[in-house]
Amino acid sequence: MTSIYERFRDSIRSEVPVALATLIEGPEVGAKLLIEESGFALGSLGGEALDRVVSRDAIAMLEAGTSEVRHYGPEGEARQHDLSVFIECHARRPHLVIFGAVDFTRALASQGKLLGFRVTVCDAREVFATRRRFPMADEVVVDWPDRLLERIGSDLGPRDAVCVLTHDAKFDVPAIMGALPTRVGYLGAMGSRQTHEKRVERLLEEGVTSAELERVRSPIGLDIGGRTPEETAVSIVAEIIALRTGREAPSLSEGKGSIH
Amino acid sequence: MDEIFDDIERWFMSGEKVAIARVVDIEGSGPRDPGAAMAVNARGEVAGSVSGGCVEGAVVGEAIELLEGRRQAGITSFGYSDDEAFAVGLTCGGTIHLFIEELDW
Repeated sequence: MTSIYERFRDSIRSEVPVALATLIEGPEVGAKLLIEESGFALGSLGGEALDRVVSRDAIAMLEAGTSEVRHYGPEGEARQHDLSVFIECHARRPHLVIFGAVDFTRALASQGKLLGFRVTVCDAREVFATRRRFPMADEVVVDWPDRLLERIGSDLGPRDAVCVLTHDAKFDVPAIMGALPTRVGYLGAMGSRQTHEKRVERLLEEGVTSAELERVRSPIGLDIGGRTPEETAVSIVAEIIALRTGREAPSLSEGKGSIH
Repeated sequence: MDEIFDDIERWFMSGEKVAIARVVDIEGSGPRDPGAAMAVNARGEVAGSVSGGCVEGAVVGEAIELLEGRRQAGITSFGYSDDEAFAVGLTCGGTIHLFIEELDW
């Protein structure tokens, strides 16, 4: 029979989201319950009712990807402190979708990998969107942005990011319009302030509301004076981090001055 | 945690016992988030880390005691200590709570 450790190890290695609950204070210190998103469970913390409550909490925590200690009563009652359970969550990797197979994309894809994202590069132009140009990406897709988002949009969540680097309205507009209805946490679009103004006009013409546009970080990135593709990539991933952590960091989209 | 599996496998293959220490909670400033893990075998070999190098030495000691049956599985905490230059603590001023147990599950 597979042990809890073996199942835990194999799930992490094969990137199946998994939570491991350990009783760290209570009668059976060290008792374990492994929980997967599907509801599959292995082990026990010492009682059916407790296991049920912890499983439910763990599945919710898996979505956010946080690990923490929770307190319960002997039967899993909330607001009681008889038992402490450490719930360790290994969520799926967050997804970074980059539209536009340009030089900036190469640097951003590498930065994304460094931060643990699964990286998809998408461009409708076959000659640009090649594996050879983006060996670091997890996948390179030749397609129109709106069509890719139709396929994967419902899987995008608060930990994921969409970066539109094409700075060509022909591709930018469908990419942004495709990403707006999704739950994606970060949505940014590259371009000079002038490109940005024109893009905003086009999007408004297409029926996007100004409230929706507030979600788009454009010009993309933090205002750190980045210039090269690599520096720009740092400013973009830094903005993604700052949005997730809720920290005050100067975004280019909030300022008016020159980008470089 | 995935980065420590290879070492754990190797130790298990050669029939060694393994202790595992995991960060379960931090107060104030702490270098690693809950879930950071470190595995230790009875010879004091280490895989992974639970801080920026501040408490790892002490954790090895606790882990060996556990594997030798001189302590039970449970929570061990490390805080800041400014009076003794060589006391074990986090230089960043936070408190770190670790759960240390044998990997026998």
